[in-house]
Amino acid sequence: MIHSLFLVNSSGDIFLEKHWKSVVSRSVCDYFFEAQERATEPENVPPVIPTPHHYLINVLRHKIFFVAVIQTEVPPLFVIEFLHRVVDTFQSSTGSTNVGEQLPTGQLSVVPWRRTGVKYTNNEAYFDVVEEIDAIIDKSGSTITAEIQGVIDACVKLTGMPDLTLSFMNPRLLDDVSFHPCVRFKRWEAERILSFIPPDGNFRLLSYHVSSQNLVAIPLYVKHNITFRENSSQGRFEMTLGPKQTMGKAVESVVVSSQLPRGVLNANLNASQGTYTFDPVTKLLSWDVGKINPQKLPSLKGSMSMQTGASKPDENPTFNIQCKIQQLAISGLKVNRLDMYGEKYKPFKGIKYMTKAGKFQVRT
Amino acid sequence: MSASSAFSDDKGGSSNVGEPEYGHDPASGGIFSSDYKRHDDLKEMLDSNKDSLKLEAMKRIVAMIARGKNASELFPAVVKNVACKNIEVKKLVYVYLVRYAEEQQDLALLSISTFQRGLKDPNQLIRASALRVLSSIRVTIIVPIMMLAIKEAASDMSPYVRKTAAHAIPKLYSLDPEQKDQLIEVIEKLLADKTTLVAGSVVMAFEEVCPERIDLIHKNYRKLCNLLIDVEEWGQVVIINMLTRYARTQFLNPNINECLLEEGGEKAFYGSDEDEEAKEENAEISTMAKRKPYVMDPDHRLLLRNTKPLLQSRNAAVVMAVAQLYFHLAPKAEVGVIAKALVRLMRSHSEVQYVVLQNVATMSIKRRGMFEPYLKSFYIRSTDPTQIKVLKLEVLTNLASDTNISTILREFQTYIKSMDKDFVAATIQAIGRCATNIGEVRDTCLNGLVQLLSNRDELVVAESVVVIKKLLQMQPEQHSEIIKHMAKLTDNIQVPMARASILWLIGEYCEHVPKIAPDVLRKMAKTFTNEEDIVKLQIINLAAKLYLTNSKQTKLLTQYVLNLAKYDQNYDIRDRARFIRQLIVPMEKGGALNKYAKKLFLALKPAPVLESPFKDRDHFQLGSLSHLLNAKTGGYQELPDWPEVAPDPSVRNVELEEVFTTSEGRIGLLGDWREVIKLLERVTTLTSVPEWTKCSSRDKRKDKKVEKPFYSDSDGESGQTESADSGSDSASGSESSSSSSEESGSGSESEESEEESDSEEEEQKKKRKKIVQRKMKPSASESAASEESCGEDEKILQKPKEIRSESDEEESESESSESESESEQESESEKEVKKKKKVSVPNFPSKQTKKTTVEKKEMSLLDLDDFEPTTSQVITVNNVLSNSLVTDLEGLSLTDTMMSSATVTTASSLKMYELLHRIKGEGLAVEYCFSRQPFSSDPHMITVQIHFTNNTTSEVKTLHVEEPKLQSGMRMKEFTEIDVLPPSGSVTVVMGIDFSDSTQTANFQLCTHTRKFFVSIQPPVGELMMPVFMTENEFKKEQGKLMGMNELSEKLVLGVMCQNDHTIVQQVTSAANISRVPCGSDKECRFAGKTMTSGSLVLVTVLTKEEGAAQLTVNCEKMVIGTMLVKDILQVLTQ
Repeated sequence: MIHSLFLVNSSGDIFLEKHWKSVVSRSVCDYFFEAQERATEPENVPPVIPTPHHYLINVLRHKIFFVAVIQTEVPPLFVIEFLHRVVDTFQSSTGSTNVGEQLPTGQLSVVPWRRTGVKYTNNEAYFDVVEEIDAIIDKSGSTITAEIQGVIDACVKLTGMPDLTLSFMNPRLLDDVSFHPCVRFKRWEAERILSFIPPDGNFRLLSYHVSSQNLVAIPLYVKHNITFRENSSQGRFEMTLGPKQTMGKAVESVVVSSQLPRGVLNANLNASQGTYTFDPVTKLLSWDVGKINPQKLPSLKGSMSMQTGASKPDENPTFNIQCKIQQLAISGLKVNRLDMYGEKYKPFKGIKYMTKAGKFQVRT
Repeated sequence: MSASSAFSDDKGGSSNVGEPEYGHDPASGGIFSSDYKRHDDLKEMLDSNKDSLKLEAMKRIVAMIARGKNASELFPAVVKNVACKNIEVKKLVYVYLVRYAEEQQDLALLSISTFQRGLKDPNQLIRASALRVLSSIRVTIIVPIMMLAIKEAASDMSPYVRKTAAHAIPKLYSLDPEQKDQLIEVIEKLLADKTTLVAGSVVMAFEEVCPERIDLIHKNYRKLCNLLIDVEEWGQVVIINMLTRYARTQFLNPNINECLLEEGGEKAFYGSDEDEEAKEENAEISTMAKRKPYVMDPDHRLLLRNTKPLLQSRNAAVVMAVAQLYFHLAPKAEVGVIAKALVRLMRSHSEVQYVVLQNVATMSIKRRGMFEPYLKSFYIRSTDPTQIKVLKLEVLTNLASDTNISTILREFQTYIKSMDKDFVAATIQAIGRCATNIGEVRDTCLNGLVQLLSNRDELVVAESVVVIKKLLQMQPEQHSEIIKHMAKLTDNIQVPMARASILWLIGEYCEHVPKIAPDVLRKMAKTFTNEEDIVKLQIINLAAKLYLTNSKQTKLLTQYVLNLAKYDQNYDIRDRARFIRQLIVPMEKGGALNKYAKKLFLALKPAPVLESPFKDRDHFQLGSLSHLLNAKTGGYQELPDWPEVAPDPSVRNVELEEVFTTSEGRIGLLGDWREVIKLLERVTTLTSVPEWTKCSSRDKRKDKKVEKPFYSDSDGESGQTESADSGSDSASGSESSSSSSEESGSGSESEESEEESDSEEEEQKKKRKKIVQRKMKPSASESAASEESCGEDEKILQKPKEIRSESDEEESESESSESESESEQESESEKEVKKKKKVSVPNFPSKQTKKTTVEKKEMSLLDLDDFEPTTSQVITVNNVLSNSLVTDLEGLSLTDTMMSSATVTTASSLKMYELLHRIKGEGLAVEYCFSRQPFSSDPHMITVQIHFTNNTTSEVKTLHVEEPKLQSGMRMKEFTEIDVLPPSGSVTVVMGIDFSDSTQTANFQLCTHTRKFFVSIQPPVGELMMPVFMTENEFKKEQGKLMGMNELSEKLVLGVMCQNDHTIVQQVTSAANISRVPCGSDKECRFAGKTMTSGSLVLVTVLTKEEGAAQLTVNCEKMVIGTMLVKDILQVLTQ
């Protein structure tokens, strides 16, 4: 399906190529470069680019474009998903350079995702329940849309062929789920239990969406006042952050970033805590707040200098907010128990919860 | 060196364009020489004896290739290492070869023999990798070798090698499309493979080589549906896409009865899954009751049900594949389930989001209700890339309706303030579309857009003008104020499209703004020469229209404009000016059109319809590249329209039969339970919870426990039955149910069972079936006579029919109830026939149980009228003999050189194979056996006796063979047409088939006067040969020639039944048509035969040792035959 693959780095060099069928000239990438130029932003390069004789399907990861050359009809997602999987594999296998380890032994096993003969002196299984809140908050502070997406990432280092089951206290919370192929769907359908023979090492066991009927707790609020005056070289900037519904946990690693209007030349601000940066070229304001102290709310205040003579910008910036709350799954999801069958030893088990802001935007 | 380097670079230089490459340019002295040296280095390393050095060199070379540097000059040095023992080195050499073999074909041929050797390696991984490399070397000269290798690998014991064979098919096809026919044969063979490992790969090959041969899918359809969930992710995508197309050709449109009450259907989307299913079931029941014309084919339902759980896959491509399948195939009320999964994908990488949104955009036009609940998921964030924003906007626009429009417009207002101006422009267009589609908000939108006219950004204003123009066309009378406002904008707006739009508006509605219009024309006349072409054309238009309505004021201006246009550089504009002048300015002569000019120019023009660019894109299969690009791409297979009338559904029926034949003894009772359940499930067409078949043995045990309640027929348990059913799938694929899960040879074992289909197994099955039935209906048949089991089998089998047509029901039921007595009658009548004709039935092994004898007799009723007189006599003689006598005689025959070999062969019982089940054949039952008689007209043909039984109440006429589909090299001599077969009559005919020394199936159609049935005959390997007589010495001499690769040896423990010589001889000769070779030692039994077509010798030796241990040796030139024969003989000897 994929004829050839080219890897293009951020400075536009083709630094790796691979051909599965006959060799395709790397000049085919010129069409890609053209599209890249047209797109201005790398993220706006169309994933599928038709050329006279080929189709280029590309993905962007780690500032590297993976450009696949195909010649005939193929589901584009097939190629895109495959390329992403290739990158994932690159990522997880850095360290092991021995080609011999990559023999397709799994192909021949009953459990294709797990190699046989796994041995550990310390048997351990860790699960991270990570939830992300995607939200759009409007000018007045009310929630336009908010939803919780979660994943359970696992790091399982267990000897032999362990068979695990993981059950939840409140599985009904999970609205839409997608599984690693090791999970027995039938068991889930019938009992809402995750039953699986895990792959060895790190893997994503489950992704889920919390049913939208449940009201989503918004962990923090933003008070803001940004004003530009007509024909003035100054603008006011004020914002204050505060915790909202955090179930008594601390909100940490807060970072606020915002794209200020083009007319803003510079920002002279004063942060009550943390540090801020403003890039006058990209107009990107970024404020690394850190932990929010409910007694002393962090704020960022000051003035923006505007281009003289330019008219008042009619758009207001949006704030993108990142934050973390440890030891909390904001949906309230709780793992009930984790059991192992099929092996004799007693593994060490651990579950960790975390909540993060996902695509969390505050409009002004 | 320099010259050669530069030269070879030119040849393969395509990969080096634009890459500064050291060592190309002989002038670049220093660098070049160092490069030269480096390559020399590598050569030295490759020639060394140390693997570590070789490995290092190969790593560097492969790195060069990866960077796109030319390493072709190293070819001779590298190719030498192809036979290197070190697997690491070998692998890298393979990588190199695949890259450069095409350029250096002659040298590449040196390596071929290594791969050929690799193809015979005992390690399946090496066999596979040898085939992979061999098929990747794009050297035309080795096409025949590749073909041969693929064919052999396609019948390899290891499913992994078979999978690799499937991968090699498209490669060979792209190298030499002339091989298509032969490749299709291999594809057909591999499609019949029952392992999940092979399924995806072979369907991929099918799609690339012969996607038009949809007929190859029929027999494998149900199997593919059932295996699907266990196939690896990438294979799933390919299979689902192919099955979508298949379903479109075979089933009826489920929405055929959908009336125009769109909304009614859409309401169902909001229900939960369970509700839907309940509804759906109700619906099905009610439709049946009302005898509405549409009833979903159970196979259609099977596909929908088995794909649904894959919506939960982590692989976006799989989810998309299922989504498009549902969109194209599911009844409207069920399509809704895909929305949630698609919305989930939008959390993925932005490329995934991009593709998914394209598809959602198309879907949301046809099925708005499906995505409405997820409206907010399409809200746009400032951080989204522009191309995603625009697509989301498209979806939001498609989803807009009376109820949600206010929310959407409020959201749009935020977007208009965005810093991303392209996105703002797209939003304005979206507002325009909402306004045209939803009349209630037209004024609101228009007002909003007019406000935008005072926006600072010119792009925003321009886009608004264009959209307003379109909106105004719908109701111009009310909006002269807006037109006036826009007229003023001509002073400021520079964007050509916007200027053109304003001018057109003023011209078109000049009567609404009689004072302003001439003034605008005046201004435009001034700037005419500086305007863009589209603006110039509109100025001419405006002038013409004003001239017609207000010539007093504008006559001169118009003349002026037309004169300017007359000398314009653009010929379109000159043309237009000339045309308009002729049309509007009254001339002395001619000007016939003059009076109509006003009508022509100021006719009422229909308002433009603002359509989504995604409208009607669903004529492309969703999820495809063609859909994404909205253009047909190479290799795209059209999604066919639903057929008006469903093609014959029975073409897929083979699988139902196969469900029985594939069961392995090893699975034991459990396996068989599942079969029956599967059947029942098919029969009742339960629509319920999807299955996921990753059950371990533990799960299966659990399933077994809960199986019982299922028989109470309560709906609640239906889910369980499905899981049990799917469990059997995975078990047949991997054998894990009976043994520990670590066993790895599963694939090969299951294959073994596929190939053997001897009567023993069938018997067992029947027994098992019966046990199951007893459990099901404990009261029913506990004491019933053995014959009854047959009748009950029928009942189960007939159920699908009952569902399909109720009229058939009565008939078949009465049939099944009769079947008990019927079979008795038949057996009696047979006896009569026997007496009359004095033709006796071949012997059965004594271990056969009474339970099956009735059916057996029925099958083996031989009408030998058609036999050649010479052979029939021999048969008569043989058939009279008792079992023991036969073996005695056999011993005799061995010493008697003159005795016909045929005598020996008939000694063993004839196994009957089913060709057409009576249910599928609608009352016509056909069986066949290999009589082991020489076929009179052709010595290479195998004689196949075919026995027809007419179980219907009417005559079957003109039975004959049509359209044999044979693999290359195979031939067939059809039997003479049977004119009439009376009700409950039976007849036996013979036909000859030359299988060309392969176990490939002979496919043909069996035709009656009313119907055609697709049937196939597959010979057990033992029937592909005929006995050869030779002495012990000759035997040893021949054996000596067939050593090494041609010799296969296997240790075994003889089964309880096979402890003595006689039984060994009997068993071996029953498994294969070979004769015993006399020998001195009583520890050894030797047999000889030769293959029918090529006459290759087949030598079999069984060496008995202490305590039932034995060794089996087969020597045969044809390795595939040898391997299969070993398997078959082992099977009979170890029983």
